[in-house]
Amino acid sequence: MTNFPILSLLILLPSIGALFLFFTKSSQNNITTKYVALFTSVVTFLISIYLWIFFDQSTSEFQFVEERIWIENLINYKVGVDGISILFILLTTFITPLCIISVNNSIKERLSEFLIAVLIMESFMIGVFCSLDLVVFYLFFEAGLIPMFLIIGIWGGARRVYSAFKFFLYTLLGSVLMLVAIITIYWLNGTTDFIELYNSGIDTKYQNLLWLAFFSSFAVKTPMWPVHTWLPDAHVEAPTAGSVLLAAILLKMAGYGFIRFSLGLFPAASEIFTPLIYTLSVIAIIFTSFIALMQEDMKKLIAYSSVAHMGYVTLGIFTIQQQGIEGSIIQMISHGLVSAALFLCVGVVYDRMHSRLINTYGGIVNIIPKYSILFMLFTLAALGLPGTSGFVGEFLILMGAFKDNFLVAVIASLGVIIGAAYMLWLYKRVVFGKLINTDLKQMFDLNRSELFILSCLAVPTLFFGFYPDPLINTIEVSISDLIDQYNFKLASKI
Amino acid sequence: MENLQLVLPEIFLSLSIMFLLILGVFKKNSARIVQSLSLVVLIVTAVITFNETIGISEIKLFNNSIIIDYLSSLMKIITLLAAFLVLNISSNYLKTFQIFKIEYPILILSSVLGMMVMINSNDLIVFYMGLELQSLALYVLATFNRDQIKSSEAGLKYFVLSALSSGLLLYGCSLIYGFTGSTNFNVIASQLNSDEYALTFGIVFILVGLAFKISAVPFHMWAPDVYEGSPTSVTLFFTMVPKIAALTVFIRFLYVPFLNLIDQWQMILIFLSIASMLFGAIAAIGQTNLKRLVAYSSIGHVGYALAGVAAGTNDGVQSSVIYITIYVLMNLGLFSCLLMLKRDNQYFEKIEDLSGLSKNHPMLSLSLLIILFSLAGIPPLAGFFAKFYVFKAVIEQSMYFLAIVGLLSTVVAAFYYLRLIKIMYFDEQKEKYDTDHSFWLKFSLTASTLLILIYFIFPSQLIEMVSRINLIQ
Repeated sequence: MTNFPILSLLILLPSIGALFLFFTKSSQNNITTKYVALFTSVVTFLISIYLWIFFDQSTSEFQFVEERIWIENLINYKVGVDGISILFILLTTFITPLCIISVNNSIKERLSEFLIAVLIMESFMIGVFCSLDLVVFYLFFEAGLIPMFLIIGIWGGARRVYSAFKFFLYTLLGSVLMLVAIITIYWLNGTTDFIELYNSGIDTKYQNLLWLAFFSSFAVKTPMWPVHTWLPDAHVEAPTAGSVLLAAILLKMAGYGFIRFSLGLFPAASEIFTPLIYTLSVIAIIFTSFIALMQEDMKKLIAYSSVAHMGYVTLGIFTIQQQGIEGSIIQMISHGLVSAALFLCVGVVYDRMHSRLINTYGGIVNIIPKYSILFMLFTLAALGLPGTSGFVGEFLILMGAFKDNFLVAVIASLGVIIGAAYMLWLYKRVVFGKLINTDLKQMFDLNRSELFILSCLAVPTLFFGFYPDPLINTIEVSISDLIDQYNFKLASKI
Repeated sequence: MENLQLVLPEIFLSLSIMFLLILGVFKKNSARIVQSLSLVVLIVTAVITFNETIGISEIKLFNNSIIIDYLSSLMKIITLLAAFLVLNISSNYLKTFQIFKIEYPILILSSVLGMMVMINSNDLIVFYMGLELQSLALYVLATFNRDQIKSSEAGLKYFVLSALSSGLLLYGCSLIYGFTGSTNFNVIASQLNSDEYALTFGIVFILVGLAFKISAVPFHMWAPDVYEGSPTSVTLFFTMVPKIAALTVFIRFLYVPFLNLIDQWQMILIFLSIASMLFGAIAAIGQTNLKRLVAYSSIGHVGYALAGVAAGTNDGVQSSVIYITIYVLMNLGLFSCLLMLKRDNQYFEKIEDLSGLSKNHPMLSLSLLIILFSLAGIPPLAGFFAKFYVFKAVIEQSMYFLAIVGLLSTVVAAFYYLRLIKIMYFDEQKEKYDTDHSFWLKFSLTASTLLILIYFIFPSQLIEMVSRINLIQ
């Protein structure tokens, strides 16, 4: 089985499903369309589970590597996974089927086009996480803009055009500099193959500028303060499934990129720019948490909380400590589950009341108890309560940060308090209190598919909260090797 | 006799033009026959070119005034194929305006002949002859819908400005002749003396003339007006075919006689390239007419093609040729879409006419979506690779400024391409357009869209195709 191109299959399968939908579109049968899409994404998920089972956790080498000549003498198509990337692939393949189930209530028109966009998006996202060539990575990284632009623009809310443009142009602007850097790396080292570059290292003379070019792309995508402003707009206007994909997976591409490329290829520059990242992360944590506190729109509040959470992630990555980076990855996975769930929770009440404003609601705990329980679970996970996956991530990040820089860690820890404040206050205003708006009495509780989706997200959130070992075991070796290499390159100045 | 075989494509084409002209004059209502025969002539010429010359690495003829090499054969074939498709998809448009006449295919053939001479030229005089032949045919083509004021205006404007630029170009030729004693490219190369400032002036004048023909900023003023005024099928021809020939001459002129003066012309080209990329991107934002918008977008694309030439390496030239090939393909698709916006014998060319296209014509708007994203240079479409190769060549020469400005202007350009997509996909739908398009229109749209879409699966073929272009030994 070692020769079987399982990763290419993973990348291609959703696209094949999309192609199939494209050609059967004329039937106008929404149920069939949905089942085809669901089937494709579930099969993709099962294959990725298979991948995880056969993944060898005891080595930091890339596994399931495939290499094909793509552009002769220039670029090879090369994919492979290690402990860091496999979790993101799992996250992607896990979230996508849930997105597809969730379209039941929110997408009314052009369903099959929507599902095609989602499936193609999935292909690109998987491609980002397993490409081992810089050009191939860039290709997938950028290609994702097209379906996301359409998802926001066609199925979004009132200000969708503005948001879609802002999203597209912001991200494109960040990324073009990365393309310059990639081509420069090609001329410096004669290859864009990640493994070769990782082993040979890049001349320290050029590292600073290259690091900044990659940073400009990842910072926009993460998003880091002060280039985060596209995110709240995009989230608010995107349809629920779009928000989920955006929050759960798209943002993780940048965090992954930081670990893989910034740390892996430019250790000297990373060392120099760590204070910059620390500063921006701390500002993101404190500043955007305060902004989140003041939001009236639920989706916007969660969007700002995403910025704050990603602040923890970038902070953790650049501590260059085992705990810090492990924490960042777990935080990303956890945020992928929790923010997806929170956006779905907002989607649930939005589908019923067509309002995302917090003051529309209040006192719904007695009307829709099941919803309130699940919503509470995810609220607590978002603020990092022990026993949820959010806690594991935040705790490890702060532990890493304390080892590296005491002051930064103290400030970041204060952010946890504000985080708790805005999440709990949101929950209190929406769920508890007096029932003033009598329209709310019409609301019905979670239907079967909603309950299923939210439970699917709740199980891993709790499971990894109590028992994060499966995650940590997967990433441990890869990260310790990354850090060893990092320190080794730093010491030997390559 | 051996020599004549190598210029057989040109000889065949010129004889056919004369024959068709006589046929058209003596036989009444022969527009259809002349059109069909012209198509055959184009294909046959392409086949002859392919058979006779594609394998030749380099042969010079007629006292070294004509060069047959891989670059010229390749560019001639691209020119001929592009002209073939243009001629094919324009017939319905011409019939609608009742200007389906014998002159149209004959003029196209003559300008193609001029371009082939240009591409072959290894001598300033031959080059100028070819240039004038194609230009004269193009002036008439621009005014082809002579009952419309805009079309006549476009032709006249083009004629006056183009004559001016030809004058400058000719003046440059005479300066170069004066200081090197020859008009032959190779002799010029051996007689070069870089201390002569007047020689630099000569190069500058010729570059001005060429930049005008290829519509690079700051010599682009004519393009939007002419593109808007000319019949759409002629605009399609303008945006594609003359640019191929002009780019070839650009390459040949700079790389054969004046390679040693690269320091002198490189700055000029970098300026032309940056100015075109930026101006094309920014000026297109405010346009409301699709043809004007395409004019500005083509100005921008010429800037990218010139960036490859500016690199001064074989890689640069190859990337530039790839760029223009992919650009021709994308423009073909774009104009096929434009020619499909037809209702009740009327063509629509305003941006808002695209409104809500995706609901009425899902396949058409999907194709246009792919073409527009490709024009914007978003991976994994062909347009991205075109830009990638160019910037690879540019960065190899450490011209980071050019690369960064170029890539930033793609972001600006992305804005107006996105605006078109927004209008198609996000706005309210309007009346439906006709769907009974000719086979060739559908074919060129489908083929170009598919090629753009699946280019990433076979990227090596195009690279292999241009890899034999090695002007610098």
